[in-house]
Amino acid sequence: MMNLFVLQLLNGVQLGVLLFLIAAGLTLVFGIMDVINLAHGVLYMVGAYLIATFAAATGNFWWGLLLMLPAAVLVGMVLEFVVMRRLYARSHLDQVLATFGLVMIASEAVKMIWGTSPLSVPMPEILSGAVPLMGPLKYPVYRIAVIVAGLAVAVGLFVLVNYTRVGMLLRAGATNRSTVSALGVDINRLFSVVFTLGAVLACLAGALVAPILSVDTGMGESVLILTFVVVVIGGIGSIKGAFLGALLVAIVDTVGGVFGPIWLRQILDPAAAGQVGRVLGPMLVYILMAVILFAKPAGLFGRRA
Amino acid sequence: MSDLTATAPGRAAPRMAGRVKAAIILFILFALMPPLASALDDPFYVLIGTRILAYAIAALALDLILGYGAMVSFGHAAYLGFGSYAVAILSSYGINDLGLQLLFGITLSAVFALITGAISLRTQGVYFIMITLAFGQMAFFFFISLSAYGGDDGYGLSERSTLMGIDILQSDFGLYYVTLALLIAMFVLCHRIVMSRFGRVLTGIRENPTRMEAIGYSPFRYQLTAFIISGCITSVAGVLLANQAQFVSPAFMSWHRSGELIVMVVLGGVGTLTGPIGGAVAALLLEEWLGALSEHWRLWFGIFLVLMVLFSPRGITGVLERMGIVRTRQ
Amino acid sequence: MTGLDVKNLSKSFGALKVTDDVSLRVEPGEVHAIIGPNGAGKTTLISQLSGQLASDAGSVSIGDRDITHLSMPERVKLGLARSFQITSILPGFTALENVALAVQARRGSSFRFFGNVAGEAELNEAAMSALAEAGLDDRAEVLAKSLSHGEHRRLELAIALATDPKVLLLDEPLAGVGGEDAEAFVSRLQTFKGRFTMVLIEHDMDAVFALADRVSVLVYGKLIATGKPEDVRSDPAVRAAYLGEEEVA
Repeated sequence: MMNLFVLQLLNGVQLGVLLFLIAAGLTLVFGIMDVINLAHGVLYMVGAYLIATFAAATGNFWWGLLLMLPAAVLVGMVLEFVVMRRLYARSHLDQVLATFGLVMIASEAVKMIWGTSPLSVPMPEILSGAVPLMGPLKYPVYRIAVIVAGLAVAVGLFVLVNYTRVGMLLRAGATNRSTVSALGVDINRLFSVVFTLGAVLACLAGALVAPILSVDTGMGESVLILTFVVVVIGGIGSIKGAFLGALLVAIVDTVGGVFGPIWLRQILDPAAAGQVGRVLGPMLVYILMAVILFAKPAGLFGRRA
Repeated sequence: MSDLTATAPGRAAPRMAGRVKAAIILFILFALMPPLASALDDPFYVLIGTRILAYAIAALALDLILGYGAMVSFGHAAYLGFGSYAVAILSSYGINDLGLQLLFGITLSAVFALITGAISLRTQGVYFIMITLAFGQMAFFFFISLSAYGGDDGYGLSERSTLMGIDILQSDFGLYYVTLALLIAMFVLCHRIVMSRFGRVLTGIRENPTRMEAIGYSPFRYQLTAFIISGCITSVAGVLLANQAQFVSPAFMSWHRSGELIVMVVLGGVGTLTGPIGGAVAALLLEEWLGALSEHWRLWFGIFLVLMVLFSPRGITGVLERMGIVRTRQ
Repeated sequence: MTGLDVKNLSKSFGALKVTDDVSLRVEPGEVHAIIGPNGAGKTTLISQLSGQLASDAGSVSIGDRDITHLSMPERVKLGLARSFQITSILPGFTALENVALAVQARRGSSFRFFGNVAGEAELNEAAMSALAEAGLDDRAEVLAKSLSHGEHRRLELAIALATDPKVLLLDEPLAGVGGEDAEAFVSRLQTFKGRFTMVLIEHDMDAVFALADRVSVLVYGKLIATGKPEDVRSDPAVRAAYLGEEEVA
């Protein structure tokens, strides 16, 4: 039981780290530009497809990862330049419609280019295998590597936001947009940089997860909604909130999904616990969101309600 | 659709009268469709028509809060799900009466809308959109995990509902006309609400919530009430869709459906009631048409959406704003 | 007739004390003007009184009723109405509809889902009379966004009147109104004297001295003087605070 718990906890942390990579960009885009972007999940999917393509072409995961990054920058910049830039000043309704259109375009385009059957990305040799954890318990090296890589990016982002000039502008922008323009900063350039950074992080998350998940056209969707929950729980515009929110959501999702029914069995008879547990498991995250928002409508670290 | 919505700005009442006329014309055309389809020897159109009319009810319901209350709900497909699963759940207990199914679907929706609306409406803007989306998704996963009703795969219905003991819905024609009758009833209901004291308060809150508070209204109560009414009406569409397809599935409530409902409302004209009915017709026909042209119709639909927003000056909302129908932020 | 009692009211934004321990008694039926240089915190004070802004400390009561913790709509129901410095109307509604909504808020339920509200004589008649009192009855059917600035100010007044106030908070009712229009507006306000209590924020000193029974001077969030207009005018502290501003001279 304890082993299972540790295992699920680690899986939760690993998912949390990935969710954070996706949510970080999204929360900045929401917070600074007040733009809702439904197409953010698409970027995660595109990252996975890009690494699948490049890894297959070069026969090497690392080359795939290396080539994926500039391609992701390009995708982000093109998306920003062609569509997002024109949406900043629009109503939320326009933003919802246009980015909903982008979701349709992207998922269909991916189907046309890569087909509907899932792709797989081979795990790099050096990171395959498992390490002993405690007792008989082993944990895959690759998943540990994902956690480490994700945390490294999180630390980098933390430094960027808290200790650099760009970071200062980002924080100022998330609180008060007119301040930033008053400082004489080209707000459009700042937006482009933030959006592209967010896009690259989402692509990176998709690329990192590619060796342990099958790469398919539906992968962006489930993650998009979870990311929204993360951003809403953490508070729009807050990197710290996104980090805590991501871990919270991911751990509740993985651990709660498995242990919810087990715990329910203590208070309900097994048949009823099975029934309720099956229904409760996937909904725990949303119940968590509801509870947090009920107490704090602006999220854990949100300033604006 | 422009003929439905491009009415000159002016007083609310005459503007409304024009829209009511447009709606009556639409309803007459709808009523004439089945005989025409059978004359053309293509009764399949009647079934597609039923689907369109059911979605028109949902779009109408969404417009009540999106157009008149400025609440961009991105989780409205959940209520389609509550309506359709109300049919499935009751029929698994041998209850096939349409009235009872409607009542059950509406009750489920009211409870869900009360709880999720009360939480979502404490927030605004981007938050509201994302939270309604997340709650919609919560309902989606709830029905996926209902293994007694097929989970992911959905649940087939052996027969359609009965109306006061009569199996009028067994024929596609019967179902079509019952759906049309319900659409007309829901339109009349929404129209009455919009013109009522309550409707005026709701519209006032859309225009200027601070002012409304300063004259003694708490926006939350009115917005929540409208949110619940809208959810309940949407579930009526769900009951009809389940009968149309003789099948229910969580796919009815995916977030894509919620997005499509918003597209219908915007395509037809936000805050016009008549417009979204036309919008449902246009969007679903466009889907059918693009679907017949190419298996990648979603690509073309997506491109259409993006272009529509980018290249109509200041977006669709801008067009409507100039017509004095909606007000954007700031 | 109801008065307004403010005790030790405070409000800070971060380190900035915008309202600093303000105590003020407005007698029933009195017209009490609050003046002060720009940035003195007059609009913040009105927002606290009306319930739009929560106070950090202190209390507000109308009559014997403590309303410190009531929301803005609840305060309006008890008879405390406000007008806005920057016109705040429903742009897509006609002038009549704007006012009728205010009438509706205090007459019967707004949870009526049927019946055409536009045809309700009860609401429209009361709204028309409020419009007439504000001198806007001939523009009743015009969309609010098509009205002129001066008409907007009168519409603000009509809406406030329609809430049937016991205490009316007027936040610069004359903002942007000049010349004869301003004079007409002042004499209109004079006709309301004695009907309800008024708290008036105004920069136009002619209007203040024509209307106010007493004047309070707010500087950097603190009340530095309260008294009859003539006394306040000659108060050395007030003159010092207004140094360089000629309005008081």
